[in-house]
Amino acid sequence: MSKVLMKGNEAIGEAAIRSGCLNYFAYPITPQSEVAEYLARRMPEVGGVFLQGESEVAVSYMIFGAAAAGARVFTTSSSPGISLMSEGISYMAGAQCPAVFVNIMRGGPGLGGILPSQADYFQATKSLGHGDFRLLVMAPASVQEAVEMMMDAFPLAEKYRNPVMILGDGLIGQMMEPVEFPDSKKTEPLNNDAWATSGLDTRKSDTRNLVKSLFLDPEALNNNNLLLKSKYEQMKREEVRFEAYNTDSAYNVLIVSYGTMSRVCRTAIDSMKADGIEVGMIRPQTLFPFPEDQIRAAADVTHCSVVASIEMSMGQMIEDIERSVQGKKPVKWFGKCGGDVPTPEEVVA
Amino acid sequence: MQNEVQFAGFGGQGIMLIGKILAHAAMEEGFEVSWVPSYGPEMRGGTAYCTVVISDQPIGSPVIKNPRHLVAMNRPSLEKFAPAVQKGGIIFINGSLISVNSGRDDVDELVVPVVEMAKELGNVKTANIIALAAFVARSGVVGIEALKGSIKEEFAQKQKLIPMNMQAVDAGIQAAKKD
Repeated sequence: MSKVLMKGNEAIGEAAIRSGCLNYFAYPITPQSEVAEYLARRMPEVGGVFLQGESEVAVSYMIFGAAAAGARVFTTSSSPGISLMSEGISYMAGAQCPAVFVNIMRGGPGLGGILPSQADYFQATKSLGHGDFRLLVMAPASVQEAVEMMMDAFPLAEKYRNPVMILGDGLIGQMMEPVEFPDSKKTEPLNNDAWATSGLDTRKSDTRNLVKSLFLDPEALNNNNLLLKSKYEQMKREEVRFEAYNTDSAYNVLIVSYGTMSRVCRTAIDSMKADGIEVGMIRPQTLFPFPEDQIRAAADVTHCSVVASIEMSMGQMIEDIERSVQGKKPVKWFGKCGGDVPTPEEVVA
Repeated sequence: MQNEVQFAGFGGQGIMLIGKILAHAAMEEGFEVSWVPSYGPEMRGGTAYCTVVISDQPIGSPVIKNPRHLVAMNRPSLEKFAPAVQKGGIIFINGSLISVNSGRDDVDELVVPVVEMAKELGNVKTANIIALAAFVARSGVVGIEALKGSIKEEFAQKQKLIPMNMQAVDAGIQAAKKD
């Protein structure tokens, strides 16, 4: 298939359709409103549904309902909207419902601003909602990668029966780049007759399925949490994704950076290399699970003296890096989060 | 080899569109491209700019501090971005709205009165296409055929606008020669 020039937000919408996801519920918010605009036109063409909720809270329960009924479903929002959805996402994790949530981040806290940011790292990887749960979080660095991660997100959500988040900064949504929609990433939804409330007639079963996150019996709740924990442990074993850049050099500094910020770092690394300074980079493509072992291995070489966390937030990722490096090397931070994306020149400095 | 082009003007001048047309033409020629808009609480008449990066390698940072070239469609844009243009680059100036020059002697300055030219063609809305064509003809960042192909594709749903825009391309090419 030939390449098309598309805005990240539109490409994300198209990728969902190409993944066989025909259910999209959302509420508009900058900088991701083009997804809704695009799918409002596109979903009816392919026999899908786009329904705008009255709020993000309502949207999260539309998603819950569709997922509980066994449908492929996704939504997109931006930081404050994701906060509103967090209640429904927690319920879905507890009730083991698969869905894809896209957060095209803007600056915060509060209403913050509408420019690119990576300030929802903690929210996405650690504390999205109440209760003991995690999301599998993927962070694209280009429009093409956003498409591929979208197409992988649905089968991953179904494999784990857990929500998956695509965490992009505002630029990933707003930027136009050439994209291809690889046929090889098309998947069919898993058969979920065993648990989904898809209707006794379509399922041809006599037994009722029940989707719930309420476990009043302490032992039952404990068991449910142990089951969830085992899924998160499995994600850590099987789903870590990362990309290494210039790590075959004798780098003195190891950068850890993700999303658009990592591309700025790549340009900075190239320009420093031209000046005879070697810098390596590990780019986490999954933020949970975090590439702990890979970062530790890359930091634990004699020529590496310092690890730098470079992000468009006030150092949220640094804790995961320190945990990975285990005190073997100092970890420093550089970042900005007013909405300007730091330039390669600033990273070099 | 990497070229970066900053397009800048006010909302309604078709800045985003000509950036997209250039990016699309470059993609068709096999280059890696990225198009990054300024986006904010924008409105018609407000500032509008976008950056197009064209490269034969995968593009690192799509955020550019010092672009190789600038297409300035109004005076505030010229004053804001001209100092950042790389030495040896091209600064295109919309001569209809900008009465000053860039103040740079280390760049190739191309001044074209695109609004008057567009009015002569019969549609003032083609001013942005004239500017783009003049810039492309002078810089050679993409071929003229790729540019025309990209414009035709952009206006595929509005076929009747294509001949006028092709005239605008030709007028832009001529203007780039005369200077």
